[in-house]
Amino acid sequence: MASSEEDGTVEEKENNNKKRSKSALATAWLTFYNIAMTAGWLVLAIAMMRFYIQKGTHKGLYRSIARTLKFFQTFALVEVGHCAIGIVRTSVIVTGVQVCSRIFMVWFITNSIRQIQNEESVILFLVVWTVTEITRYSYYTFNLLHHLPYFIKWARYNLFIVLYPLGVIGELLTIYAALPFVRRSGMYSMRLPNKYNVSFDYYYCLIVVMLSYIPRKEHFQ
Amino acid sequence: MKHYEVEILDAKTKDKLCFLDKVEPNATIGEIKSMFHKSHPQWYPARQSIRLDPKGKSLKDEDVLQHLPVGTTATFYFRDLGAQISWVTVFLTEYTGPLVIYLMFYFRVPFIYAPKYDFTTSKHWVVHLACMCHSFHYMKRLLETLFVHRFSHGTMPLRNIFKNCTYYWGFAAWMAYYINHPLYTPPIYGEQQIRLALIIFLFCQIGNFSIHIALRNLRPPGSKTRKIPYPTKNPFTWIFLLVSCPNYTYELGSWLGFTVMTQCLPVAFFTMVGFIQMTVWAKGKHRSYLKEFRDYPPLRSPILPFVL
Repeated sequence: MASSEEDGTVEEKENNNKKRSKSALATAWLTFYNIAMTAGWLVLAIAMMRFYIQKGTHKGLYRSIARTLKFFQTFALVEVGHCAIGIVRTSVIVTGVQVCSRIFMVWFITNSIRQIQNEESVILFLVVWTVTEITRYSYYTFNLLHHLPYFIKWARYNLFIVLYPLGVIGELLTIYAALPFVRRSGMYSMRLPNKYNVSFDYYYCLIVVMLSYIPRKEHFQ
Repeated sequence: MKHYEVEILDAKTKDKLCFLDKVEPNATIGEIKSMFHKSHPQWYPARQSIRLDPKGKSLKDEDVLQHLPVGTTATFYFRDLGAQISWVTVFLTEYTGPLVIYLMFYFRVPFIYAPKYDFTTSKHWVVHLACMCHSFHYMKRLLETLFVHRFSHGTMPLRNIFKNCTYYWGFAAWMAYYINHPLYTPPIYGEQQIRLALIIFLFCQIGNFSIHIALRNLRPPGSKTRKIPYPTKNPFTWIFLLVSCPNYTYELGSWLGFTVMTQCLPVAFFTMVGFIQMTVWAKGKHRSYLKEFRDYPPLRSPILPFVL
């Protein structure tokens, strides 16, 4: 009897240790992740500024930072995983929609439709995203370190008032600029007849995407 | 006979909504709901949730007052479930839609395809077969709703009808558009593929119907009792040995058959989405069977034998 009771308490302590060490591991990973993402977007910001200062134009700017952008924006998919396993207390769906909308913009618009890569609207949303992400990731980092400077907190909750509409404008103008090229090339589209008996028109899909910006409440995060 | 006094408070505001005196000890919650309805006509019994605790579970209509853990002055809490609609109404509406919509595409009603195709018929016989199968399926569902099913709950929230109809009607239109399209491509493996698909489809339709009959026979008319379903003399019910919700298994099979028959990607999507939803339901049902019956057969899986 006595020995099983002892075993019980030892087991309990082990479980508690497991829980504590799991959340310590989670905290360590999240801290590393947020520092890395802050750094990544800072690198992007600096690269963009350097290009503009050296070349005096925004033409070619996207191509110069494309690989870095694709890497860091795509890596953000792990944030959906964070919510799914519970180490971050946010809804999986909300995070999923946000990240997917960014992935869509990067991979299915800017990356694949070369003719719009030098549009001003691209620079607009890139600048907005960079400022937003640097603020967001540094906010999370400082929070995890329990040392949040007032400036970062202010920036996170106030800059979005300006950044959000600017970002929407940049993204919408970019998609709108892409429309004629999508129509002409018939990209990502499938017409009848075909053996799957389905059709898909990327042009109309993009129009629906543009309309879907209207009820987007998950941007307010 | 000692009478009870019943007071009903709002679960959120704790306001006293109703006071009933001289309530019979053997009165049921259902009867109390009717009495409450008299003083508050906008809250018909179906939309009342009566509980012992503001955050607790709803009491059942069959629960008897004197068997509940209450004193002679019973306090209940009320929560408004919102506008309710009967299951029968929802089922009839959501199933009539696909039946009618598919036929509109089949007969190529104007404004769907190019004007030169208005009211023409497809030259592929599989398209006619598909229309018969699809229509048969939904007619069967409508008749089952009217004559076979015995529902445990009378009603569901009103907003469900919009959600459900969007799903059924939307997918029906999407599938029907392509199957009945003038540029439809019939199955690659031709007659063989269509014949195999038809056999699977019919087999599963009969299976699904057999299960519905077996489930109906578990339950005497007007009752809400729950019993473990077992295989009967009908071979189509022998699947109960391996599966808790074979009606869903057969339903999946029917739609797989229809997918193979039409070789249409939207049908495959519809089958997949339906499968995911039915799996969620089957797992829930399986869990409640396990909770309610200690002697529940351990060999059974929720929806797919041994797998899921």
